Amino acid sequence: MSGKEYRTITDVKGPLVFLNKTEPVAFGEIVQLRLSDGTMKNGQVLDTSDDQVIVQVFEGTASVDRQTGVKFMGDVFKLPVSTDLIGRILDGAGRPRDGGPEIVADEMADIIGAAINPYSRESPESFIQTGISAIDACTSLVRGQKLPIFSAAGLPHNDIALQIARQAKLVGSDDDFVVVFCAMGITAEEYNFFVHDLERTGALENACLFVNLADDPAVERLITPRLALTAAEYLAFEHDYHVLVIYTDMTNYCESLRQIGAAREEVPGRRGYPGYMYTDLAMLYERAGLVKGKKGSITQFPILTMPGDDITHPIPDLSGYITEGQIVISRELHQKGIYPPINVLPSLSRLMNAGIGEGKTREDHKSVSDQLYAAYAQGRELRGLVAIVGEDALNERDLQLLKFADIFENQFLRQGRDEDRSINEGTLDYAWELLSNIDTKYLVRLDQKWIDKYHPTDKKE
Amino acid sequence: MSEENGVIYRISGPVVTAMGISPRMYEVVRVGDEGLMGEVIELHGDQSVIQVYEETSGISPGEPVVRTGQTLSVQLGPGLLTKIYDGIQRPLPELEQTMGVFITRGVDADGLDHEKIWEFTATAKAGDDIASGAVLGTVQETETIEHRVMVPPGTSGVIKSIKSGEFNVTQTVCTLEDGTEIAMMQKWPVRTPRPFIQKYAPDTPLITGQRILDFLFPLAKGGTAGIPGPFGSGKTVTQQQLAKWSDAQIVVYIGCGERGNEMTEVLTEFPHLIDPHTGKALMNRTTMIANTSNMPVAAREASVYTGITIAEYFRDMGYDVALMADSTSRWAEAMREISSRLEEMPGEEGYPAYLSSRLAEFYERAGRVETLSGDDGSISVIGAVSPPGGDISEPVSQGTLRIVKVFWGLDAGLARQRHFPAINWLNSYSLYPPALNQWYRDNISNDFPEVRTEISALLQVEAELQEIVQLVGSDALPVDQQLTLEVARMIREFFLQQNAFHDVDTYSDLKLQYTMAKAILSFQEESKKALAGGAMLEDVVNVPARSDLMRGRFAEGYAEKIEGLLDEMNKQISATMEAN
Repeated sequence: MSGKEYRTITDVKGPLVFLNKTEPVAFGEIVQLRLSDGTMKNGQVLDTSDDQVIVQVFEGTASVDRQTGVKFMGDVFKLPVSTDLIGRILDGAGRPRDGGPEIVADEMADIIGAAINPYSRESPESFIQTGISAIDACTSLVRGQKLPIFSAAGLPHNDIALQIARQAKLVGSDDDFVVVFCAMGITAEEYNFFVHDLERTGALENACLFVNLADDPAVERLITPRLALTAAEYLAFEHDYHVLVIYTDMTNYCESLRQIGAAREEVPGRRGYPGYMYTDLAMLYERAGLVKGKKGSITQFPILTMPGDDITHPIPDLSGYITEGQIVISRELHQKGIYPPINVLPSLSRLMNAGIGEGKTREDHKSVSDQLYAAYAQGRELRGLVAIVGEDALNERDLQLLKFADIFENQFLRQGRDEDRSINEGTLDYAWELLSNIDTKYLVRLDQKWIDKYHPTDKKE
Repeated sequence: MSEENGVIYRISGPVVTAMGISPRMYEVVRVGDEGLMGEVIELHGDQSVIQVYEETSGISPGEPVVRTGQTLSVQLGPGLLTKIYDGIQRPLPELEQTMGVFITRGVDADGLDHEKIWEFTATAKAGDDIASGAVLGTVQETETIEHRVMVPPGTSGVIKSIKSGEFNVTQTVCTLEDGTEIAMMQKWPVRTPRPFIQKYAPDTPLITGQRILDFLFPLAKGGTAGIPGPFGSGKTVTQQQLAKWSDAQIVVYIGCGERGNEMTEVLTEFPHLIDPHTGKALMNRTTMIANTSNMPVAAREASVYTGITIAEYFRDMGYDVALMADSTSRWAEAMREISSRLEEMPGEEGYPAYLSSRLAEFYERAGRVETLSGDDGSISVIGAVSPPGGDISEPVSQGTLRIVKVFWGLDAGLARQRHFPAINWLNSYSLYPPALNQWYRDNISNDFPEVRTEISALLQVEAELQEIVQLVGSDALPVDQQLTLEVARMIREFFLQQNAFHDVDTYSDLKLQYTMAKAILSFQEESKKALAGGAMLEDVVNVPARSDLMRGRFAEGYAEKIEGLLDEMNKQISATMEAN
């Protein structure tokens, strides 16, 4: 099959090329296009039949004409993988970008990635301490989880992602994480920020970067995360690494998906995004987890910027249905000058209960977290009321809760960009101290036995 | 070439077009050199359109397509319980053995273990004239469930021979006079409902141990419920709570297009859970179907049918079955994806125009019926819905709400306050109470329906008062209304909130639920008296015994202690009068 070059292009539409009458071409096969000036482009088969083949061209279709030669490579897209990937920077199609040599492949891995048999998965339950109180106490992360950061333009999501990458560790373990970083359509400036920070902390040697910048071909973005996850799977499940995958920005990925859908004249779903976007995103996010009999793990931190700060936009919405929770960054807190501006109320970690408690973090963790949530939520609600009726109309309980909301934001949430708080002393004990600003009788979420044991003033020794 | 064999003409994702065969609609075909399983979903001139249940990359036009002559069917018989299947009834543990931890393709696996030997005890005897659905004998399938081997629908006659003993599922256990041989296993096409004699009106509640569900918005055995809610509002936790604690005899749990780790959690947790009704492992009564979001989309479409067919099979034995489908939105999206590949004219939001009729057909397979053998069996269906952005004006939610009788509306605002289960008590509803009230009077207490009405009325009044509080603050309200707010807060924090992850609080039996509700009303009663006698509201609501009563629900043996705690609270409330 390979070797034969076709010159049967009939239509070119956006990133798609349509060809007539070929020998049988497989669905998903990779394609090489040779332009008349000798430039090579790569693509993949999206639709195939006896009469017509549709190819999506990763580098865009600029300069493609009817004379362009099209060669089918007889295989689906594969990434050369080996442990040499660690410490390397590759472009969005998996080619070296750091001036280094080609990757010498240990094996060629199919980038689509097969689904993990749900029966073969292992439940994630090892608590990861990020050193950020808001996350550790309220939306605890566990190894093998996929926990996106829902942010918006102009917010410090990158700082938070980097702080997590820097500080993340298992309590009582020396296992380090290997970071696989995947950039999709971010600006050169953002990219430099990441690379400099990784360099500054020496993490770059322990990282593998796949980079598609804003001026790189948009369609290439559809394969960049797949390459990154293929590398992550190889490192985790063949070489026992604990891999932390950070990808940014999912919004750009989804835009590319929409672009392809539009070019194929597909029936669009909500806001023009294709109807299969849920499945497509799941094919990425679900490549996180632990597998029976393997030591390694994949933990994912996708970053997405919500268009117009709208959490019901299809991108955060569909992501939220697939991922195991979300960390929501708040513009309001950011403008109050609080870092990290994590709004814990809409934030959630679904795997939290499996990763906390006795023997993992501390027995009172769940109660403390529930109480923080409840008190802060009520305190915030009361702010609205105070704006109308003034503080005088509040009873004693409400006044305390109102004050607690401020204390929570200014002391518990707020911390330094390099401040690494330990879960017990730094976060949970601190939470107790702050909660003691509220009368014990109003702390209904706390079991009496934890009050007796941990409450700074009501403690019964 | 006969019309049994054809070739692939076109491949577009999970949709493959074949030429040269003329299959029936919904017939199963084998696609490509690897023999991938597919189902015919459209006939178009000499082309047959097939949805393929496995990944199609690498398949080329010109590869063969072979008919099987059968429609998509499941294997029914002993061995279904405790199993976990993918969407087309392939057992996941066996797939792991043949292909490792990643699901590749082209592997077939039987739904039932054909080698395993079961101890069959005949209950029918030679000479019996048996009809379709009659019970021939039994097999102790798991510790708690007796499997009743039935005559397959469409078969009847006089038994020539039948014997007890050890058999595998394909061996003949019974022969009829006309020579028909009956084995323990039967097959049934998933898209066709299994027959029954007639449907009855439900009259018994499905008890779930979840206070807000059982007490305020009950589901009947044989009823249908929808749980719509945005992500993070607790759909899956609610579904899992129902799978764990509901008093159905058989549970079928369909994880349809959901998270892999969630299914794993169910898989690791269930074998350790004890059924409060039998004292044995819950897994004994459970069958699971897991087609996670990244598994092939066509198999996701089929998974719902596979699940309900298994549920119907157990219903036909006379069991009460509960089926959870999480989430029906993913099922609808699978339909949308296939439909758009077929280039069908879309309905609302790109969903196919037949969406609501498919939803209706599915929920209509629930119900309490007289089975072919004259028994009484039921299927209760609880479908989770995941509306985009939590907005239930979208087609799947609306299509579901038109059919189901119970609506448990999850609320993101409640979830944010960590009020769980985050079911909004103001917009949820159940249409079953009138049919169930007699059961409550006979089995729990004669005033049960009245207590329920009183509790929901209080919540309604609270909502109205809250609107005023928002404007003027609670201190501006008269004392009796302030008390109402306190009582309502007690209903919310003490009664409606329930911690699914707490060993004790996770399940309350109906009797305890009733006692707790009565305790709240008694608090209101006593407080009113105390206030009339000159006590201060502040003192009344802060009596220490009240928080003992409320916190006590987390302690073991609460059901025995609650009366004592209540007496103590009432005593302390009375005492506040004397203090003044």
